[in-house]
Amino acid sequence: MVTLTKKPRYVDESKCTGCTTCVENCPVVYPDPFNQGISKNKAIHIYFSQAIPLVAYIDESCRYLKDKTCTICEAVCQNDAIDFNQTEEKIELKVGSVILSPGLEPFNPELRQDYGYGKYENVVTSMDFERLLSSTGPYEGEVLRNSDLKPPQKIAWIQCVGSRQVIEGGNSYCSAVCCTYTQKQVILTKDHLEGVECTVFHNDIRSFGKDFERFYERAEELSNVRFVRSYTSVAGENPENKNVIVRYSTFEDGVKEEEFDMVVLSIGLNPPADYEGLAKKFGIELEEHGFCKIDPSDPIKTSRPGIFISGAFQGPMDIPEAVMTASGASSQCGEFLDYRRGDLAIEKVYPSERDVSMEEPRVGVFVCHCGANIGRVVDVPSAVEYALTLPHVVYAQEQLFACATNSAQEITDMIKEKGLNRVVVAACTPRTHEPTFRETLREAGINQYYLEMANIREHCSWVHSKEKETATKKAKDIIRMSVARVCHLEPLQEFELPVNKAALVLGGGLAGMNSALSIAEQGHEVYLVEKDAELGGIARRIHHTLEGLDVQEYLDDLRRRVYRHPLIHVYTDADVTKSDGYVGNFVTEIESEGRSMEIKHGVVIIATGAEVSVPDEYLYGEDDRVMTHLELEERLAAADERITGAQSLVMIQCVGCRNEDRDYCSRVCCSESVKNALKLKEANPEMDIYILFRDIRTYGFNEDYYREAAGKNVTFIRYEPENNPQIEPATSYEDDRNILRVTLPDYVLGKKMEIDADIVALAAAVVPSETTKEVAGMFKVTLSPDGFFKEAHVKLRPVDFGTEGVFLCGMAHYPKLISETVNQAYGAAGRALTLLSHDTVVASGSVCEVEEDKCISCGACIEFCTYGAIEFYESPQGRKARVNPVLCKGDGLCNRVCPTGAIQLKHFTDKEILSEIDAMISETKAVQQADKVAGGV
Amino acid sequence: MAGVSRLQYTTEMRLIRVMCTGRVDSSHVLRAFSKGADGVFIGGCRLGECNYTTHGNHQALKLVLLFKKVFERVGLNPERLRLEFMSGSDANIFVESVNDFVTGVKELGPLGESEGLAKDELELKLKAITKLIPYIRVVENERLRVHFDTQEEYQEFYSGEEMDRLFDELIADKLVISQIMLLLREKPLSTGDISQILGLTPSEIFRHLNNSARQGLVKYEESQDRFALGLS
Repeated sequence: MVTLTKKPRYVDESKCTGCTTCVENCPVVYPDPFNQGISKNKAIHIYFSQAIPLVAYIDESCRYLKDKTCTICEAVCQNDAIDFNQTEEKIELKVGSVILSPGLEPFNPELRQDYGYGKYENVVTSMDFERLLSSTGPYEGEVLRNSDLKPPQKIAWIQCVGSRQVIEGGNSYCSAVCCTYTQKQVILTKDHLEGVECTVFHNDIRSFGKDFERFYERAEELSNVRFVRSYTSVAGENPENKNVIVRYSTFEDGVKEEEFDMVVLSIGLNPPADYEGLAKKFGIELEEHGFCKIDPSDPIKTSRPGIFISGAFQGPMDIPEAVMTASGASSQCGEFLDYRRGDLAIEKVYPSERDVSMEEPRVGVFVCHCGANIGRVVDVPSAVEYALTLPHVVYAQEQLFACATNSAQEITDMIKEKGLNRVVVAACTPRTHEPTFRETLREAGINQYYLEMANIREHCSWVHSKEKETATKKAKDIIRMSVARVCHLEPLQEFELPVNKAALVLGGGLAGMNSALSIAEQGHEVYLVEKDAELGGIARRIHHTLEGLDVQEYLDDLRRRVYRHPLIHVYTDADVTKSDGYVGNFVTEIESEGRSMEIKHGVVIIATGAEVSVPDEYLYGEDDRVMTHLELEERLAAADERITGAQSLVMIQCVGCRNEDRDYCSRVCCSESVKNALKLKEANPEMDIYILFRDIRTYGFNEDYYREAAGKNVTFIRYEPENNPQIEPATSYEDDRNILRVTLPDYVLGKKMEIDADIVALAAAVVPSETTKEVAGMFKVTLSPDGFFKEAHVKLRPVDFGTEGVFLCGMAHYPKLISETVNQAYGAAGRALTLLSHDTVVASGSVCEVEEDKCISCGACIEFCTYGAIEFYESPQGRKARVNPVLCKGDGLCNRVCPTGAIQLKHFTDKEILSEIDAMISETKAVQQADKVAGGV
Repeated sequence: MAGVSRLQYTTEMRLIRVMCTGRVDSSHVLRAFSKGADGVFIGGCRLGECNYTTHGNHQALKLVLLFKKVFERVGLNPERLRLEFMSGSDANIFVESVNDFVTGVKELGPLGESEGLAKDELELKLKAITKLIPYIRVVENERLRVHFDTQEEYQEFYSGEEMDRLFDELIADKLVISQIMLLLREKPLSTGDISQILGLTPSEIFRHLNNSARQGLVKYEESQDRFALGLS
């Protein structure tokens, strides 16, 4: 039982239409919290322009709430939505499980007066700056200084504000996202302000995410952009121009002071506000920093069964990870509540559809006032009158709010009463209410695609609010165009295809096994295909994680659960030889241990993992004292005395990556090396350990282990790729023992340094697994430039592919730590379940179709359709292109490349689009003329 | 977003919704011009930020760059066609660019006026291009298969020598012939007549007529010293 407290918004959500008339009339002006207090808002306002629901609320600055002196909003609201009698409401919910996604709180530098924030006007946080860059921000996307509202010409960013600090009020961990968001801000700033100078004062640059290294290079290569590695402070303000003085030091120049027009503090991430209260309320444990305490082998679970978490409550993370954990949490809830799946579902029944294909168009036009939103700019009655003069319009009326329930009923009634077979709703954007009105048509027994929305709000009254006459004229034009179009619309069916409820999981590593288990736990058959002779993938070579998880024990347990699960069928020594079909209905042939078989399945999860590259430098393969970081871990786990007994050990980072050939960071190696260093120190505290690095990228909480290693006298030495370490066999100057001499420049002392090493471990790049290309071809999915699988959208769909029904997780996506792999594995399972839990997949009616007589089988459409929705088939008239409507996404690019106009996107056919164009200018004469022109096409 | 943000902009524009700029077709653009539009503006997602996976905005850009060239060749002002990339939240870019575009088009005046084309001449040009659309699509599919990451690179290619050569080789002549055919459909004309109407040298017109005659598309009628359609 969960009790929710709903605070009063003093506005009835069901009545408010988001028209903002009240906002304009409200007399209370105060700093807008959404815009970081930089610009002003009113006591009654909508939180931000994309808020859902898009309705107003009243906050505590309201005069009525303070002393009952004002009720202007109540007076101007035409829809009686203001309700000062609202009180706090308690809502009790009976639920089976809970997902906590409380997010994070930006670090507040004002508390410690860090870097002059709150003291100097032109010191802003990255959150402030983010709003400045936004087109809905305080200055509509113009970047201006607080002190004089002038665009800054010289901006500095200071990194790690509130992060990687072990002082009172700071966070010891790395916030993981700031390096890249700063680079984004630099790139956007260069776009916004011509000639602006951007300087980033940073510690390590942590571009560890997918494609982040390239992004960093892109920012660095822009003109007038400097990245300066330095400790930095704000020394003061120039009183004349309010410029901010930054003090920093470099090895070359020592301490320097420099003036900037504006300073941006790249603030880190704190745990959510009131994390302690949250933990108490839900009875869950927290870790030391205030985030949720998690088990690295299952980071979505809390310490209390049935309560799951997603997002940054796990610890600092970027958007893609947050989205993955969200899908993952849904899958875990699905497992937990599978026994009750579908219990609360109600099926809606519609009247049967009237066949109107033989009727002349009978169009009804409904013109919406949208309260005052449209009505006070556009002359609605005259628009209605005008609509009645248009061809095929048999009925028109005005409505105060077309989207209100009673108005929808009115439309349904009129369709029946007047025998309408097509409807134009002249109101707002189809993006919000098209589904509503399509539903209305269905309820009236008319095909839902016979609806056209004339957007006379976003495209007219809101953007021409001072020009009533021309706006009315334009509204009439829009209605005329919509009426022309609606007459040509065709009834379309959204048809359903059965879903085969089994899943194929490719790859039996940690990712594949976790996905398979989660899907099987929700009652679906899973075929788990592994190319090696045993399950486990690369995790077989990993023994511990930094947090102390015993990986082998975990792996054994996982394998046992997989083998014992009655719904999971494991195929080892197996390869996929062929795959056909599409979402819901795949047929894949595999060969396992010499036998071949055919698997039918509805979804695929690609979890084929990654490999460690074989270094071709630093004497690797020539001298057995040189090994990869993973080999070091294995020998350390085996208590190899040559390792534990070494006097001196050198680790070299970034071997074979962050270079021209592999322009990416392997993400896991810094943590891996720190982990090995700590284990080595445990085994032999006397050992000298050197880690030669370019940037230490122990992001998130792993920063604490980096600090621990440094505290245990592990020596970290930075090198530049142009002057990378040199290595040669030699004898020690001290004791004549045979060693490997590592030479590299010492930037602190400005001379060459030599290290005698008994063992050298190379942080070799993580590379895509061998089978990646083959698998990509087989399942029609794409690869990113670095050769890893490419997700449908980096941030919004991080475990999906553009190809529907195919999902991705684990290192096949990009190198990642074990806990991240598990997150993504559950994420992929969650996404797969959205298909598997349904009996059918529904294809939109607005898909492409080929008119075979016109098709000349040139194949242009097939080539441009990256969804693989079009294929050739042998028709009685020869080879023709054919669209699989389930795969077609309705973008219509194929229409544009077809030389004969044979392929047409339904609901956006040439005929429909041209009818709209023709109606753009009103004279009927023009239509005839245009038809003559079209004769030539 | 311009709507939700209540940003005010020009009233002299009518919007046609398509799901992707990749759906915008040259026939739509030409139809708008022949229906009396003085400018056509296409707004779409930024390159590399496709809402689908098909990256149709690349095709839209190529369409615009190619048709600007076509326009230029037949004497229409290419500034009447513009493509602008923006994301859904770039309301300010939308507003600035449509305002700027409409201002520019208004300075040019009605289609044909700044070009010094009479109504029937204008009609001829638009018809001639419209007739070529299927052919131009084949040329695009077969010969203009370029892909770049940035708008600048596309612009560079489309204004480069290689493109000029391809354009001359594949499209320029066809544009002239298409116009000649339309003229001859009305009535037989002499080389001189055609050269005067199209503003091209008689020898160039003669070259086209000669080639077309060889293909049987036109015939020379000695009695009148005029050319007529071959199949009439």
